[in-house]
Amino acid sequence: MSTKAMPRWADVLLVPLLSLVIAFALSAIVILAIGEDPVEAMRLMIVGSLGSTYGWGYTLYYTTNFLLTGLAVSIAFQARLFNIGGEGQALIGGLGVALICLFIPWPHWSLAFVAAILASALFGAIWASIPAWLQAKAGSHIVITTIMFNFIAASLMNYMLSHVLRPARSMDPATARFPADLRLPRLADVLEPLGIEFSRSGPANVMLFVALAACLLGYVLLWRTRLGFEIRAFGQSEPAAHYAGISSFKIIMLAMILSGALAGMMAVNSVMGGPQRLVMNAVEGAGFIGIAVALMGRSHPIGIIAPALLFGFLFQGGSELAIETSIPREMIVIIQALVIMFTGALDNMVRRPLEVLFLMLRRRG
Amino acid sequence: MDLATLIQILESTLRLATPLLFACLAGLFSERAGIFDIGLEGKLLIGAFFSAAVAFWSGSAIVGLMAGIGASVLFALIHGVASITFRGNQLISGVAINFLAAGMTVVIAQSWFRQGGRTPALVGDARFHRLDLPFAAQVRDVPIIGPIYGQVMSGHGILVYLGLVAVPLTWWILYRTRFGLRLRAVGENPAAVDTAGVSVVRLRYAAVVITGVLCGIGGAYLSTSLAAGFVKDMSAGRGFIALAALIFAKWRPWQALGAVLLFGALEAMANQFPNVNLGFVTLPNQFMTALPYILTVIILAGFVGKAIPPRAGGAPYVKER
Repeated sequence: MSTKAMPRWADVLLVPLLSLVIAFALSAIVILAIGEDPVEAMRLMIVGSLGSTYGWGYTLYYTTNFLLTGLAVSIAFQARLFNIGGEGQALIGGLGVALICLFIPWPHWSLAFVAAILASALFGAIWASIPAWLQAKAGSHIVITTIMFNFIAASLMNYMLSHVLRPARSMDPATARFPADLRLPRLADVLEPLGIEFSRSGPANVMLFVALAACLLGYVLLWRTRLGFEIRAFGQSEPAAHYAGISSFKIIMLAMILSGALAGMMAVNSVMGGPQRLVMNAVEGAGFIGIAVALMGRSHPIGIIAPALLFGFLFQGGSELAIETSIPREMIVIIQALVIMFTGALDNMVRRPLEVLFLMLRRRG
Repeated sequence: MDLATLIQILESTLRLATPLLFACLAGLFSERAGIFDIGLEGKLLIGAFFSAAVAFWSGSAIVGLMAGIGASVLFALIHGVASITFRGNQLISGVAINFLAAGMTVVIAQSWFRQGGRTPALVGDARFHRLDLPFAAQVRDVPIIGPIYGQVMSGHGILVYLGLVAVPLTWWILYRTRFGLRLRAVGENPAAVDTAGVSVVRLRYAAVVITGVLCGIGGAYLSTSLAAGFVKDMSAGRGFIALAALIFAKWRPWQALGAVLLFGALEAMANQFPNVNLGFVTLPNQFMTALPYILTVIILAGFVGKAIPPRAGGAPYVKER
């Protein structure tokens, strides 16, 4: 019904962009209300995150996180499963990365990299598979169980870091630093041989390419394979999928396992690519930002790339803003909330006037 | 464990269960009317901040409470507009509400007070005073009743007692009034309520506003009674524990009281003992913190009874044309 009222480009581009404009306008009002200048704030954010290769090094580092968590939420959304548990799955994924890096003497970073990707994906997938199983078998609502599993994961990590993995003489609830030769090559290491100057301090690393490849593979999976078709069919209409002989148990389990694996893989970037040790809050809310990214990208594996970059920019720009002005970092959380609200829950509010507009234009033309 | 410790744990159980109780009853009204609310956390937080901020300026905890309720109701209405008027996804709206509160409280607190996202410490009348129940001092020496009445029950802020009164009141509204009957019906079968000529939209908005009021009181309790001022993220997941308690209680008021007391006791015990030694195994503090969530998952899994939510929960109501 609603897809007929508007051309496709308006649905995938215009509606999210309009939502974004509303979210930014409201954020500007908030900035004005606390006595700061929104135009200057925007300028600082752009300079701080996109104005130098130093800024890009951080922006793309955050983007990598959001690509993976956004993709995780998207794949679950395609099966009409709302995975709020990305945060917990990424935390547990971080445990996998730490175990791989701390306890196995790797001859080369690339082997450790592959092993860390596999381990984080496995850990994340296992953590997501329990709520999935409970949804598929016991019918307990996946949203509630994944929320509960976020808290259980946080407690588990708290315990692991303060009792099990903490080095004996350290007071910090964190693991020891990983061996130095396991450091992932940063963008500067990749770009310098090509003759491109890039700041060495930004933590963006080779995981960015893995995340982009994952988006591409996600697209192929969803639109070019039988499983992807089944996932989308299940998401469109469960009874129809059932009638077509698609097992709901299989789809719920596989969609959530894929989702959890992707969320878990985020930890390779934020643990191995970032601080080089597992700290208490290694995920920094990226699991939740994945929800905003997926909503803006209309749960499309390629469509989420631009919103992931946008949130990478906001995240890095927000840190710069907090340093340069008295606007705290949490301003980004407000923008994030408004984006989720307008692209997710208030989608109809943005969409309906546009639909009316398009219908009027069509009648005239 | 000696008697003094036990009394102390029971006393703090009641204190820690109170914010959970308000949030849990708040969720009960909303979800019984068919509106899922995972934004309880955000409403507690915004309520806590505005209570503390206004209590600081006015020097009155009551004025602060009113402000906290106002802010929380405003957030509840945003949820209402999104999920009732625009028939949006209630879960996504709840997520947005939580983040909006987490961001707004810190940004505004920083702008108003410049103390890193907190309000100044509240003193004097800006906090709720402890009330001594009648005859609490006199019965103190009576065995069993004395400690329970004189120490566990007496000496809390007024909001603790308000919470305890809210439980039978909720029960009465829900099961003994026409409004309550319609509220429950609208959460099970809104079409039937509509056919009977009662407005589904108005009922659901009423439920959402009650949710806002109760969350506001819960938030005010956090910042002006349990603590002396607002600190960043002070709701600390209580909105989600309340959600867990609601499921644990299977969406019923008296059982909700039981569930929040249980979860409050777990928190009190985690505070009192870093590790619990059961003889054969030592449970770390973190296990106690995670226990409410683990128990809820077990309940949801259907291993212990079955928790069936209101049937129309989460689904926007579309009138047939």
